[in-house]
Amino acid sequence: MPIPSALITLLLGMALVLAGLWVGYNVPLLPVEASTNAPIYDALFEVLLSIGTILFLGIIGLLVFSLVRFRRREGDSGDGAAIEGNLPLEIVWTAIPAVVVLFVGIYSYDIYERMGGMTPLNDHSAMHAAQPAADHHHHGGDHGSNNPAVLASSSSPSEPDQEPGRVWGGIGVASSESETLSVDVTAMQFAFIFHYPGANIITGELHIPVNQPISLHMEARDVIHAFWVPQFRVKQDVIPGQPTLLSFTATRPGTYPIICAELCGPYHGGMRSSVVVHEPADFDTWLSKNTPPAPATVASSGSNPTA
Amino acid sequence: MTLASPSDFQAPQQSSPNQEGPRGLQPEGWLRYLSFSLDHKVIGLQYMVCGFLFYFLGGALAGVIRTELASPISDFVSRETYNEVLTLHGTVMIFLWIVPVVNGAFGNYLIPFYVGARDMAFPRLNAVAFWLIPPAGILLISSYFIKGGAAQSGWTAYPPLSLTTPALGQVIWIISVLLLGGSSIFGGINFIATILKLRRPGLKMMQLPMYCWAMLGTSILVVLSTPVLAGTLILLSFDIIAHTGFFNPALGGNVVVYQHLFWFYSHPAVYIMVLPAFGLVSEIIPIHARKPLFGYTTMVYSIIAIVVLGLVVWAHHMFTSGTPPWMRLFFTIATSFIAVPTGIKFFNWLATLWQGKIALNSAMLFACAFIVNFVFGGITGVALAQVPFDIHVHDTYFVVGHFHYIVYGGTVFIIFSAVYHWYPKFTGRMLDEHLGRLHFMLTFIGFNLCFAPQHWLGLNGMPRRVAEYDPSFTTLNQVSSVGALLMAVSTLPFLINVVVSAIRGEVAGDNPWNALTPEWLTSSPPPVENWIGEAPLVTHPYGYGAPTDRLDLQVVTAEQIWNDRTP
Repeated sequence: MPIPSALITLLLGMALVLAGLWVGYNVPLLPVEASTNAPIYDALFEVLLSIGTILFLGIIGLLVFSLVRFRRREGDSGDGAAIEGNLPLEIVWTAIPAVVVLFVGIYSYDIYERMGGMTPLNDHSAMHAAQPAADHHHHGGDHGSNNPAVLASSSSPSEPDQEPGRVWGGIGVASSESETLSVDVTAMQFAFIFHYPGANIITGELHIPVNQPISLHMEARDVIHAFWVPQFRVKQDVIPGQPTLLSFTATRPGTYPIICAELCGPYHGGMRSSVVVHEPADFDTWLSKNTPPAPATVASSGSNPTA
Repeated sequence: MTLASPSDFQAPQQSSPNQEGPRGLQPEGWLRYLSFSLDHKVIGLQYMVCGFLFYFLGGALAGVIRTELASPISDFVSRETYNEVLTLHGTVMIFLWIVPVVNGAFGNYLIPFYVGARDMAFPRLNAVAFWLIPPAGILLISSYFIKGGAAQSGWTAYPPLSLTTPALGQVIWIISVLLLGGSSIFGGINFIATILKLRRPGLKMMQLPMYCWAMLGTSILVVLSTPVLAGTLILLSFDIIAHTGFFNPALGGNVVVYQHLFWFYSHPAVYIMVLPAFGLVSEIIPIHARKPLFGYTTMVYSIIAIVVLGLVVWAHHMFTSGTPPWMRLFFTIATSFIAVPTGIKFFNWLATLWQGKIALNSAMLFACAFIVNFVFGGITGVALAQVPFDIHVHDTYFVVGHFHYIVYGGTVFIIFSAVYHWYPKFTGRMLDEHLGRLHFMLTFIGFNLCFAPQHWLGLNGMPRRVAEYDPSFTTLNQVSSVGALLMAVSTLPFLINVVVSAIRGEVAGDNPWNALTPEWLTSSPPPVENWIGEAPLVTHPYGYGAPTDRLDLQVVTAEQIWNDRTP
C-alpha cells in the first residue's frame, strides 16, 4: 500500500510541524521582557524552540517506531535486511541539517545585528560625541535627557572612560539617534559599583530611565565578573585590565536583578544587585535627589552580599 | 612489536613475540590487575575499574552540590568548600572518569582486536599511561586535606581568580591535570600508531570497525590540543609560583588569552569524550539490530569533519568575554556546522535500526536512550552556538543542563551500554538482564529529572557555580536534586550486577551476541595475545543479513566464524 503510507507520512509530518510551531510560540519559558533586546531575543528563541521541537519529536518518534515495529520476535534468530547504505538518502540528511543551521545562523546574525552586536565599539565615542544634543526628538525628547547632568555625561566629548580604541568587547549602541546615558561600572569581589560621571553619583544599585539607551562602561578591579540582567537578555563579562561595553535600552519600569554570572570566589552566588527602571520624571527626581553638592558620596547602598 | 607480518601470528600462545619482555614474569590471576602489566586487555580493565572508582567519587561530589542546592541559601557546606567541591567534581569527572574510560579502557581493550594485533604498538608506554592516572587522582583528592584546601576556581581555572585562591591547592590541581594530560597524550600516540601501523596484513582502513576511526580521530585531537593545555597550565603555574605576569592583569598580563588557550584544548576535549562514544554505539547497534552499519563511508567522513571543525570552534565559550564581533560571527558559523556531520551519524544509526530485528536488551536500552539524550543536547547546543542566544544563557544552569545531556546523557549512557555489551567478553559471564533494566530505568528517569529542569532555571536567571539562589527557583532545584538521588540509587543494581555476575552469572560462551567484529571471534575472556593461532581477517565487520546459514543465532560459534573468515 504505497499511497496510504505516503499519505500517513505526509500527515504525520504536517502534524509534527504544527506541534513544533505550537510549542515554540505557546510554551512560555522566558522571564518578562524589559528591554528592546528582549522581544528580538524571544523571537529568535521561538524559532529555535519550534525547529528544535520538530527535530526532537521527529527523531524520537522515528526511534520509538523502529524499536516497536522492528523488535525481534520470539524465536526469530535471523538477521535484518542487509542494507549497507543509500547515497540519495544520506545526501538528503546531510542537506537538511545544513540548510537548517544555515538558516538559523543567518537569522541569528540578523538578530545579533539588531541587538547592536556588530556596532564597531571603538567608534562609539567619536560617533556619539558628534551627535547634536537636540537630536532626541525620535524619542519624544522627554526621557531624562532634559536633565543637565545627563546631558553633560552623554554629549561631552571629553568623557573619561571613552577613549577610542580602549574598549575591548561587548555590545555597542544600536541606535545613534538618541541620547545615551553612560554609566561607569566597577565590579569587585563581591559587588557592582555604578558611577554616573555627569551627575557625580556613586551607587551600588543601578538606576536608569525607561526608553533611553544606556551604555555601561565596565571594568573589574580584581577577578573576572559578569553583568547579567535576565529580563534584558544581555550579559557581558567585566574583566580586569580590559574595559568592556554593554549597551541596552530598558522598556519596562520595575526592579530587576543584576547577577554576576562568572565564578568570582566564595560569595559569587551572593554577588547580586538590582537595576531600577524609572519613568523619565522619576529618574530625574532620583538624579537630583542623589547628586551630591560636594564630592561624590555613596548615595544609596545596594544589597551587599557579604554583609 | 613492529609491523606484523603473517609469520608473527604463527607463534603459539606461550612464547611471546615480544622478545625482551617475557610475559611469564607477570603475576597470574587477579593480581595482574594491580601489576605493571603489558597486556592491553589487563590495562583496559585497569582503566575501567580505576575510572569507575573515580566516577563514584565524582558522583559523591555531585551529591554534595545537589544537597547544597536543595535549599536556596548556602547552608550545607561552607562557600569555600562548595567551590572546592564543584572544581573537584568537574576535574574528576572529565579527566579521571570519562576521558580515561571511553578512550583508555575501551580503546585499549578493543583496538588491538579490531586491527588484528596481539597488543598495542607500545605496550610499555601503554602501561605508563595508565599508571600515571592513580597517582594523579590521589594527588588531586589529597589537595582537599591540605592547608588552604583544594583548587576553588572551577575546572576552567580562569585567572585572575585562580591566581588569588589558595595557591597550593591550585598548583596541585595543575600538576595533577598535567599528569593526566600526559597520560592522555601517551595513549593517543599509541592508538594512532596501533591503528595505522599494526593492522593485520590484508586489512584495509575502510574495513576497520567504526570505533577504530573514532579513536583515530579522537587521538589526533588529543595529540594536537592537549599540549596547548599543558603549556597554558605551566604558564599559569609560573604566575602562581614565580609571580610572572602572563595572565595577571596587574602585571600587564592578559586574562582573555588564557581563555583562548584553555578552550583550544577544552572544546576539542568535548569531542575527545564524545567521539569514542559515537564509535562504541556504532559497534553496539548493528549487533543488536542484526543489520549492517548504515552508511559506513559517510560515518568515516563525518568523524573526519567533526575532528577538523572541532579544532576551530573554541571561542564559542567566550561569546561574552570580550571577543570582537567578527570572531563571534566566525565561531557561531563553525559551531553550527558541527551539527551537520553529527546529524549524519544520528540519521545513520536510525537507518541501521530500520528493518532490523532489534533485541531491546540493557545494552540497547542505554544506546537508544543515548540517542534521545544526545539529540536533545545537540539541539540546545546548536541554539547555544548562536551568539545572541548564548549571550543570555552563557554561564547559567542552561549550559550546565546542556553539557550534562552531552557528556552524561551521551557518553556515560554509552559507557553503561558498552559495559552490558562487552562484559561477557571481559569475564566470560553474562550480566543479569532484570537488574540491567532496573539500572536503566532508574538512570534514565533520574538523569532527565536532574538535568531537564536546569534549562529552565538558566533561562530564568540562575547562574552556574553558585551555592545560593533566588528562592523562587527552589522547587525545580529540589526536583533536580531528587533526580540526582535517583541517579545515585541507580548505581546500586549496577554494582550488585557487576560483582555477582562475575561469580554466578550465566556462562556467556565466546560469542553470545553472534557478532562479527573480531573480539568475539576468540574465547571469553580472550587468551593472552588474543588469538590461538593466526588473527582472523575480518573484512566485513558489519556483514549481517548475508544469506548464509552460518548466521543462525543458536548454532554459530567463534570457531565457525573464525574458520569462515580465515582465507
